[in-house]
Amino acid sequence: MSMRSKTQPVAGSFAWLAALLMFFPIFWMILASFKTEVGAIATPPQLIFTPTLENYRDILGRADYLSFALNSVIVSFGATALAILLAVPAAFGMAFYPTARTRGTLLWMLSTKMLPPVGVLVPIYLFCRDVGLLDTRTALVIMYTMMNLPIVVWMLFTFFKEMPKAIIEASRIDGANVWQTIVHVLLPLVLPGIASTALLNIILSWNEAFWSLNLTAHDAAPLTAFIASFSAPEGLFWAKLSAASTMAIAPILVFGWISQRQLVRGLTFGAVK
Amino acid sequence: MRLTHLVSGVALLALSAGAASAATITIATVNNSDMIRMQKLSPQWEKKTGNKINWVVLEENVLRQRVTTDIATRGGQFDILTIGSYETPIWGKQNWLLPLDDFPASYDYNDIFKGVRDALSANGKMYAVPFYAESSFTFYRKDLFEKAGLTMPAHPSYDQIAQFADKLTDKAHEQYGICLRGKAGWGENMAFLDTMVNAFGGQWFDMKWQPQLTSEPWKKALTFYVDLMHRDGPPGATGNGFNENLALFTTGHCAMWIDATVAAGMVYDKNSSQVADKTGFTSAPMEVTDHGNGWFWSWALGVPASSKNAKVAKDFLAWATSKDYVTMVGETDGWTVVPPGTRESTYANPAYIKAAPFAETVKASILSADITHPTKDPVPYVGIQYVAIPEFQAMGTQVGQLVSAALAGQMTPDQALKQAQASVTSTMQQAGYLK
Amino acid sequence: MSTTAATGLPTPRAHRRRTTGGGVNTLPLVAPSVGLLLVFSLVPLAATLYFSVLRYNLLNPAVGGFAGWNNYKYLFRDPALFYSLFVSVALVVEVLIITVGLGMILASLFETNFPGRSIARILIVSPFFVMPTVSALIWKNLLMHPVNGFIAWVTRGLGLGVIDFFTDWPLSSVVIIVAWQWLPFAFLILLTALQSLDEETREAANIDGAGPIKVFFFIELPHMGRAASVVVLIETIFLLGIFAEIYVTTSGGPGIATTNLTFLIYERALLAFNVGGASAAGVIAIILANILATFLVRAIGKRLDT
Repeated sequence: MSMRSKTQPVAGSFAWLAALLMFFPIFWMILASFKTEVGAIATPPQLIFTPTLENYRDILGRADYLSFALNSVIVSFGATALAILLAVPAAFGMAFYPTARTRGTLLWMLSTKMLPPVGVLVPIYLFCRDVGLLDTRTALVIMYTMMNLPIVVWMLFTFFKEMPKAIIEASRIDGANVWQTIVHVLLPLVLPGIASTALLNIILSWNEAFWSLNLTAHDAAPLTAFIASFSAPEGLFWAKLSAASTMAIAPILVFGWISQRQLVRGLTFGAVK
Repeated sequence: MRLTHLVSGVALLALSAGAASAATITIATVNNSDMIRMQKLSPQWEKKTGNKINWVVLEENVLRQRVTTDIATRGGQFDILTIGSYETPIWGKQNWLLPLDDFPASYDYNDIFKGVRDALSANGKMYAVPFYAESSFTFYRKDLFEKAGLTMPAHPSYDQIAQFADKLTDKAHEQYGICLRGKAGWGENMAFLDTMVNAFGGQWFDMKWQPQLTSEPWKKALTFYVDLMHRDGPPGATGNGFNENLALFTTGHCAMWIDATVAAGMVYDKNSSQVADKTGFTSAPMEVTDHGNGWFWSWALGVPASSKNAKVAKDFLAWATSKDYVTMVGETDGWTVVPPGTRESTYANPAYIKAAPFAETVKASILSADITHPTKDPVPYVGIQYVAIPEFQAMGTQVGQLVSAALAGQMTPDQALKQAQASVTSTMQQAGYLK
Repeated sequence: MSTTAATGLPTPRAHRRRTTGGGVNTLPLVAPSVGLLLVFSLVPLAATLYFSVLRYNLLNPAVGGFAGWNNYKYLFRDPALFYSLFVSVALVVEVLIITVGLGMILASLFETNFPGRSIARILIVSPFFVMPTVSALIWKNLLMHPVNGFIAWVTRGLGLGVIDFFTDWPLSSVVIIVAWQWLPFAFLILLTALQSLDEETREAANIDGAGPIKVFFFIELPHMGRAASVVVLIETIFLLGIFAEIYVTTSGGPGIATTNLTFLIYERALLAFNVGGASAAGVIAIILANILATFLVRAIGKRLDT
């Protein structure tokens, strides 16, 4: 990391201005969550008001927040773990033993991500019904794994490519097999890369709102469904929605804040040379 | 000592679970306040019967797509569905829903308004029971009318509404003469526009299912709507649905608002409305006819044929849509918020009439909205703010988009209707109604 | 670093590996991922192709049977299709320009040293963690609403009047929301790239008397080129599927001003429940995705491959 010794007040003030502007919508939402429903849509907007916890109380009285949050955690972490487990060997193979088809395969993988999921809802729904996966976390873990696998493979591929090939050769000469090479030599080196890949995928899975709404009902419903139960009812809802949203994004926001240094370090995509 | 306690505790638990042969049912419902109240009160039913309920509460659009996918593929995820008067007869005819005509005598089917019962029936059988029903009517600000020296007639015409709106608009002070729905969607702007077209004497189809969207009444109605909204409507009207307009009206930005009667309860709620004591109401405007000038809609509860707990589900429905339920809500949460529009007995209750000044007008609107005669001239379809055929969602969506384009000024009303006619014709051809 | 120690080992340089795979059978390594993805993309693809030639409406089981090319015929007759392709592309391009452009400037600003830098960075990254539906609802109703929104209040206070975002600038408004969500992503990657810029180059420029603007354009900007390609590639993949923001704010309107291909398919599939028609549109989307993927590979893939 390059730390310049001199502080630069002009650049610094612009940076802070940008940061405050970017954060403002979230701040405004959190503020609204402490207003009354009428207060949230008042003109002119309320800047000074008596905060109320009414919205939070309402929401906790109505929905089992913990169950939704738990589902979100299990599904996004589970899917990420599974995707990484599948992707590490693939990325390793592609990075260290490329063939003529490697690049084509990688890009084909990425292109599968461009298919709009809504087009295949009916076949997937029928499939899940027939194998009894409707409203299970397993179904979501499978969908998210498949959804994120291309990105995971690609990100890991770019990390692995930056590793010097010589170490692999060395360990092979020592008589280690491919798996031992991966586990004992390579993984420790690419751990930062894996960590940031995982972080990115947890965030993407956490926010996914198509399959999570359409394949779940009660037992497996994650926080996106929690949000859908507070958005756009008949009547004023913005303060309550703000509170629900604050609750829904709080875990991932805190998680992201804690781990963002890690995220920054690992998000190179092989683009740093 | 402790151990025996634990063991007996477990045994007791197992016993009680076995004895009641309790079932767990899953209910999919909309997140509107009446349904939330039902969810809040449902533990009473659970306690009484020993059954358990899993609630799936979603916003309307998500719920509709979720429920439709599940019932059409026989996914069997839900035991009770919240559906509208649009879906009920269509799904009932396809036997996707179980008939609900065998509730105990105390349920008193005849207490439910006949129009509501008919709307939820197919082939003479009820396939869903009404949770609440609504029509549309006109809200107006009594204080502004008084100040301007205007009086709202009992049955205003659109011309009169336009005159009032012109006088009451003061854009410099963010006061708009009229607020109407503009957000595209068959349940949003089209719900309102359908009633307006009906009042202008128009119809979706003639008796041979030929689309009529380029007919004179449609042109007049759409032009009137667009002009009126440009002159006297709020900015951002193309994004305004029911909720956005409610927000505008309750914060005092609209002099008039034509929308669902259920809004009355919210407008009169002092906690959420700044105009609670200044609002009057009258019937929906008419023009050349009063057929179908106010819509009819009912949120109802049905049991899908794929349910494995149909008996328990029916038992819950008989509870949640009963007279006793209405009384219970009145006594615990206040009479203003009881589910409106479904039962004669609700309106015969003096406690309700006293608490809800809008009750009589709502009842009159619901009773006069006859979905079997929605238009001035005879039509082959049923439904006022919808056409009760499966293809309507597609058509309503597309026409709704074109109407919002006209409202945004992207095209003229005539251009919009020409395209709408083409798209509806295409859909009807695909569906096999034409040719 | 341990890598340097490892490279110091006397090992044969293996040039021959490039094409042969070095005699290592990589199939068991690659096969699980590729195989699963194949199944998960080919089976739905086959289903989509099959449904696209059927008359299949979920709401109306009475209508059925083979439709031949009819679903495609109706689709191509619909002017919305071509417009939606345009919207899809415009949305992607505009958001890319904004996020990459602003991302570079922000990355450059955050490379300097100033008080509270890590907190400011946390604030700037936050929008990425917000669910798309939530951010769309917040922007639409609490910020951009022309009557009771925050922005309208500010512009009115400044005497500028009110911007009617979703009526007059529907696509730009959606772009703003989406760009707000994706700017943090671009920023992070570009910042990472910039942090690898060695200090000597920068100092050399400073000694030569180059101001911060010059340093940005002649040193930092070229250095971020590769990272920018990564941003373009990844964001394109996600931006083509933008849906929630449109659905919540404009429902594709007014008219079809903000209907992209994803939304069009959604409309067919989940508003009209016309599985046949939606599948036909899905096939178009698949073809488009592949064309675009090939194009992206040509344009960007090469730069990343070295």
